[in-house]
Parts: sequence; C-alpha cells; structure tokens
Amino acid sequence: MGALVQYIQSYLSSDLTPGAAGNWFWATVYVLLVFAGLSVAVICMNWLERKILAHMQVRLGPMRVGPHGLLQPIADALKLLLKEDIIPAEADAVVFWVAPFIVVLAAFTVFVVVPFGPTHAITDMNIGILFMLGVSSLSVLGIVTAGWASNSHYPLIGALRSSAQMVSYEVAMGLAVVSVILMTSLNAEGTGTLSMIGIVRAQQAQGTWFIFKFFPLGLVAFAIFAVAMIAETNRAPFDLPEAESELTAGFHTEYSGFRWSLFFLAEYSAMIAVSSIAVTLWLGGWLRPFPSLHGPEVAIPHVWPPVDPSASRGALDLVFALCPGIAFLFLAGMCLFNVVRMPKHPLFKIQTMGLAAFGAVLGLIGLVLFVPLVRDRVNDIFWFSAKVAAFMYLYIWYRGTFPRYRFDQLMKVGWKVLLPTGLAVLILTAATAFLEPSVEQWLRHIL
Amino acid sequence: MDAVLHISTLHYLVLGAALFLLGVIGVLTRRNVIIVLMSIELILNAVNLNLVAFSRMWGGLHGQVFAIFVITDAAAEAAVGLGILIAFFRNKETVNVDEINLLKW
Amino acid sequence: MKPVATPFFFYLLAATMIIGGILVITRKNAVHSAMALITTLLAQAGLYLMLYAPFVAGVQIILYAGGIMVLFLFVIMLINIERTMKERQFNKQWLVGIAAAAALGGLFIAVYTKGKLLFPEGSSSYPEAQNTQAVAGLLFDRHTGMYMFPFEIASLLLLVAIIGAVVMAKKRI
Repeated sequence: MGALVQYIQSYLSSDLTPGAAGNWFWATVYVLLVFAGLSVAVICMNWLERKILAHMQVRLGPMRVGPHGLLQPIADALKLLLKEDIIPAEADAVVFWVAPFIVVLAAFTVFVVVPFGPTHAITDMNIGILFMLGVSSLSVLGIVTAGWASNSHYPLIGALRSSAQMVSYEVAMGLAVVSVILMTSLNAEGTGTLSMIGIVRAQQAQGTWFIFKFFPLGLVAFAIFAVAMIAETNRAPFDLPEAESELTAGFHTEYSGFRWSLFFLAEYSAMIAVSSIAVTLWLGGWLRPFPSLHGPEVAIPHVWPPVDPSASRGALDLVFALCPGIAFLFLAGMCLFNVVRMPKHPLFKIQTMGLAAFGAVLGLIGLVLFVPLVRDRVNDIFWFSAKVAAFMYLYIWYRGTFPRYRFDQLMKVGWKVLLPTGLAVLILTAATAFLEPSVEQWLRHIL
Repeated sequence: MDAVLHISTLHYLVLGAALFLLGVIGVLTRRNVIIVLMSIELILNAVNLNLVAFSRMWGGLHGQVFAIFVITDAAAEAAVGLGILIAFFRNKETVNVDEINLLKW
Repeated sequence: MKPVATPFFFYLLAATMIIGGILVITRKNAVHSAMALITTLLAQAGLYLMLYAPFVAGVQIILYAGGIMVLFLFVIMLINIERTMKERQFNKQWLVGIAAAAALGGLFIAVYTKGKLLFPEGSSSYPEAQNTQAVAGLLFDRHTGMYMFPFEIASLLLLVAIIGAVVMAKKRI
C-alpha cells in the first residue's frame, strides 16, 4: 500500500508528461480527465451552437427546458438514448455497427498528444503532429463504411462525397503544418521537432507565436489550415455531404438514436481536435498573449510571485494570471444580470432559482481561481481552452454566415486554390528560414 | 518461461514469418482479385516488421528508413494494381482470377 | 521512455495481427477483409512503437491505414457486385497453393530451429525522443545522409504510379 502511494506521489515532482514518465496511474487519470472534459465540452457546444445561431438569426433558441435552455443538451441526450435503434434491411449488420465506433475512436484517440500545458498532456510523442494528422485521417474510413453499410443511395453518395472532400483537404492541411514545422527548426541545433510540446516550446523560445512569424507567411499558412480544417470536419460552409436540403443527412441518414449520437460526438470532438492543432501550431498553445513581455517585477506577500522559483514574476504576468478568475466572474455576472431580467411570473420561479444557482456556481469557480495555489496550475489550461473556445465560436459563426459550397466548387477550392498556396508558402518559408541568418548578418554588416 | 516472457528479436521474426505465410496463402488460394491485392499488402507488412525488428537489433536506423521506402512502394503498387483492376472490370465485369484468362487458347 | 508491460502488449498486438490476417484471407465479403486488414495495420503500428520506431509507426498510420485502405474501400464499393458473394471463395488451384504455402511454412520452421540462437537481443543506440531527427539525418544530412538519392527515386516512382493509375482508370484515353 505504501509502495502504491509512493508510486502515485513519485510523478508529482517530475516535469514530464505521464506517458513520458511511464507512470500508468497518472496516465489513466489524465485519460479519464480528458474524456470527461471532452464530453462536457461537446455538451456545452450543443447548447452554444443552438443559442448562438439563434441569436445571430434574431431569434431566441431553446428557452424552455432549463433557464435559457441550459438543460436542453441533457434532454437531447436522453431522447437519443431512448430512441428506437433501427437497422435498415439488407444492411451489413457488422459493418453498420462498427462504423460509428471507428469515427469515435479516431476522434478521441487524437487527444492523447494534445498539450494543455507543459506537462498537462497524456503523453508527448516524438511524432506528435504526425500522429494527430494520421489518426484524424482514420475517420474517413469510418465515414466510407458507414455510407456503404447503410445500403441506401443517399448515404452512399454522401459518404463518397464526404470522404473525397476530407482526403483533398488533408493535403492542404499537411502542407500548412509542414511550413510550421520548418519554423521550429530555427534554433541553435538546427533541428526542428514534431512533438506538440516541442512546437509550443519553440514558440516560447523564439518569443513569437508562429502566426506572426515571417509575416505574412505564418498568417497565410494559418489561413490555409483554418479553411482546410473546416472542410476536414464537414462543417459549414463545406457541409454539402451532410446538407439536409440536398442529401437528407448524408452518410448518417440511416443512423438513429445512440449511433447517431456517436457520430455527433465524433464530429464535435474532431472539431475540437483540429482547433487544438491550430492553437498549438500557430497560436502558441498554452502561452498567454505576449509571452515574452514580462513588465516590471512586482511582489505582493502571499499572493505574488508564485511559489515555483522558475516562474516569471512581472506585472504583466500578474495581470494575465488574474484572467481566468475574471472570465468566470464575468460569466457569473451575466447570469445574475439575466436573473434580474427574468419575468416575475410565479411559474418562472424554478427557472429563476436555477439560473441564480448556475450563476452562483460560476462565481464560486471564479473565486476559487483567484487562490494562488489553483491560479498557478490552471493558467496554462485556461489559455489553451480559451483559444480553442474562440475557434469553436468561429465555427458557429461560419455556420450562421456563409452559404454552402457546391461540391465541384468545394473540390476546386481544395485542389486549385489551397494546394498551390500551401506549396508557395512552404517554399517561401523554407527560403526565408534559409536566408534569414545571412540577411541579418548582411544588414548588421551594412548598418 | 523466460523465453516466452522476455520479448526478443526472435519473437518479432516469428510473427513476421507467420504474417508472410498468411499472405502467401491468401495470394495463392483466393478468387477475388481485391483480396489477393490485400494479401500482397499483408506480405509487404510482414517484410516491414522484419526490417524494423532488425533495425532495432543492430541499433542503426537503416532498417526504418528502408521500411519507409517499402511503405511508399506499397502505396504506388496498390494504386496501379487497383487501376488495372478497374480497367479490367470495365471490360469483363468480373473480379475473379479464374476468369481473367483472355490469353488462354 | 520507460517500457511498461511489454510482453502483455506484444502478445495482444501479435494476436490481433494474426487474427486479422486470418480474417483477411478467409472472409467472403471484401469489405470485411478490408476492415480486418485495417485492424492488422493498426496493430502493426503499435508494434512499431514497441520497437522504438515512432516515425515508421506514424507513416504506417497515415499512408497504409489512412491512405491505401481508403483506396481499397473505394474500389471495393465501386465494383462491388453481388455475384461474388454467392460464388466459391477459393480458386481452382487452391490445393497446389496450400501445398506451396505448407512448403514455405516448413522452410520457416527449419530456419527457426537451426538459427534460433543467431539473433542477439540488440539495443537501440538512438533514444526514441530523437527518432524523427535521426531518420531525417540518415536521409538528408549533408555528411551522414546516404538515402537522398533513393528518396528522390521514390518520389519519381510515386509520380509514375499516379500517372499510371490515372491512365489505367480512364474510360477513354
């Protein structure tokens, strides 16, 4: 028993991820945490999507189920679980059953290498970004088999279109990623790294997010990836394969109830996964904005600087460290503001109390995040999650704004616009990386 | 017991040989051309496993680099093989190796 | 990285590969064979990870499982005819095939019994955390890289294969 406690505690003082340290207990804990966090994130996304789309379309969205529809996702999940499970006749039962699992497997396994912080990843593989791109390309297999196994025309056409689209945009994604990997090699040893934590550390060492590196090359690469990742996840404006007006629901037409919810879960997890890739590669991962600026040194007893001696202690660090708490307090404030605005009808009493309780919970979380012990550990995870949340908002915004691409237009954009641009960015980045030290030397020689 | 529990190079070689055998059986006995092509992929994978196991045994990375080339080769060969299959299917409406006998007198 | 529970994972992945291989060669439905082959390929990627070859494992997942198998599934679905499901699975020369495979198996067993002690344990002198960089060194480094020419030939081969596949699959040349 003592050995087990000793084994559990031995990891707490190391500065590696649990996978790299070989500690299976903490690796399992992290896996469960990521799994739970992902499920909560997908549920929140469901509610957020419906509410934000509704407000963009000048209507209210779900308002009945809980206060402001907050319990709507739970009601949806209950409905999906209790629905009848229909398998079409003549459908291949084994493949029909396996297809959603392949898609969910591919979408969830990607999170093994996503870095929420310098040690807050399940593991740090040497081939991190390669692994993520490869495993996310396995979802194409699930979609193709789902469409084929349904034994029906609409799913088959939807599956073939969807997989053709995903395969085309994977090439553009790969090229954009390669130009970023080039930028990680601008260090003393001259070797880059494919590991996700290594890429963020390279951004930290070079003092700039890669989106601003070699302006405008980093920005163009980011733009290519941002467009390709939306096509990769079959979301608007690239959602012809699952467009309701054209194809009833594409490859998941014949899936009902729990199986459909697996596809839904996989789609939102894939969205969060590719957003994590974009955040890690271009937006500095867990680094706060302006990571190289620290400001003057500030010392407040018992509150600042943090206990860790290697942590930076400037004024800007203090300001940015207060952001998680402020964010949650802002959300709590909005909840309480809406509590005041609730109708004063006796039938609304339960909803008002529910919203007030929700606001109180958010406020409590915000206050806890001000405690120095919690604040220092949560900082990395908060900034990473905030950036991914910004990407999720962009996804919903695109859905509410853009009309749908026709399929031939979609393929044309993928092959004739994004691929040449990606190649050009790659060549220019390589040329700039090669010439940069000599240009700097030449400039110094002149000036 | 120790020979079973302690994983050495020989374990990987035996596994590679077993996969190679399965692939050979698939190539020689199946009617469907697509499954014959898939058995060829099994054979190539067995060879790759051997290469990488030997690379670990000798400590250098030449086996891994060669395995990457073999994977590239397998992709090219699968693409061309399936192209030939589609061309043949368009002419004769069959994917049976027994019926691909246009040169038979 | 410290290895954890190596024999368990090796036997698990090996069993997955063998069962997948047997399913590939014995299923009547081509889609089932393809799914079994995907399982085999993913288990092989796991074995590559155990052999301290993460880059080859990544390439295997991307190219083999995510590329070649998608190609196979597309072709199976495009030319899937119901007739094949009702016919016999094994071709006319299956007896000779089994005999040849049995001879090959006998050869393997002979090699195993005679050469069991020839293969030392071996150790990787390259740490796994630098595997990609070391592979890149072998390919591209100015002084120690010796596989630059085969790399270029491989890209030429892929170009030829692309042209060949497009020409073969066209309806009218």
